[in-house]
Amino acid sequence: MQPIDTAAVQEALNRFANRDVYIHLETTNGAYASHHNEGFYSVGAYIRNACIHFTRGKITGPGPYRVGLKLDLGWVYAEGLTHWEWTEKGQLLLAGHDDQGKLAVALELSNEPFV
Amino acid sequence: MNERHVLVVFPHPDDEAFGVSGTIAEHAQNGTPVTYACLTLGEMGRNMGTPPFANRETLPHIRRKELEEACRILGIHDLRLLGYRDKTVEFEDEEELADRIAAIVAETNPSLVITFYPGYSVHPDHDACGAAVIRALKRWPKEERPTVHCVAFAKNCEQDIGQPDVVRDVSSVIDTKLAAIRAHRSQTEGLMQAASKRGDALAWLKTERFWTYRWDD
Repeated sequence: MQPIDTAAVQEALNRFANRDVYIHLETTNGAYASHHNEGFYSVGAYIRNACIHFTRGKITGPGPYRVGLKLDLGWVYAEGLTHWEWTEKGQLLLAGHDDQGKLAVALELSNEPFV
Repeated sequence: MNERHVLVVFPHPDDEAFGVSGTIAEHAQNGTPVTYACLTLGEMGRNMGTPPFANRETLPHIRRKELEEACRILGIHDLRLLGYRDKTVEFEDEEELADRIAAIVAETNPSLVITFYPGYSVHPDHDACGAAVIRALKRWPKEERPTVHCVAFAKNCEQDIGQPDVVRDVSSVIDTKLAAIRAHRSQTEGLMQAASKRGDALAWLKTERFWTYRWDD
């Protein structure tokens, strides 16, 4: 993956607007967060291959970046994004890695379900 | 140490590496056939490298190759990939999961099964995996069940289940073990660098500890 280029990501987001899009959205501290630090309140959420339809997608922030997708009746949002990739299959992969390279957040869009 | 067949059941590629690979290598070197049933491809692993060399979609392919390489290094000729998804094992149907494991037990007829101690293995997938193995083996009459050696590392495990009763010095195969750990490069590189800076990695890796599962029925 490459460090985020906001103009390129914005252009990629625009390609997915106003059509059915499969989404992978995930945040995670890792399963060991509370094991290594007992006081740590570990949370995570994960959704894969939900089909959404957004009218506007936008990347903002000084980096790490935020992406918001405005749905007909709601929103999808991810914070802490640092890296991106446009795959051969035409999928937009966005990820936020911490200073050790560990993935903390992922937001991915695809015209086909993720395998 | 002489076993008929060893069956290792863990949920993630690399679960075998740190705590068990020395034991596996010793069995394989003794000529004991080893089957490794791995429930997932570790799709949700978080180590992506700096700069990242993996993403959420390529990681399972990378980890599968790493796992196959680790098996080659350890002398595991029978790798079963069960195709569950990382971090979802605990949400699967428990009977179905036990069915899959029982089928492998019936086929390979192991005298020793190695898995995680249910309830004392920190990661929800670990606990669900160990519980499924126990559930599967309970289908056999008690006297016909293989010995089960469990890995546990929860903070409360020694308080609750006592000291491990099997403590194995695997110094003689430590190079093989280190190679197996390194094979899981995407997940272990950073950890091994940190451990080598602390200088305590070898001592820790030379000992493998197991709790023999005590049946409650």
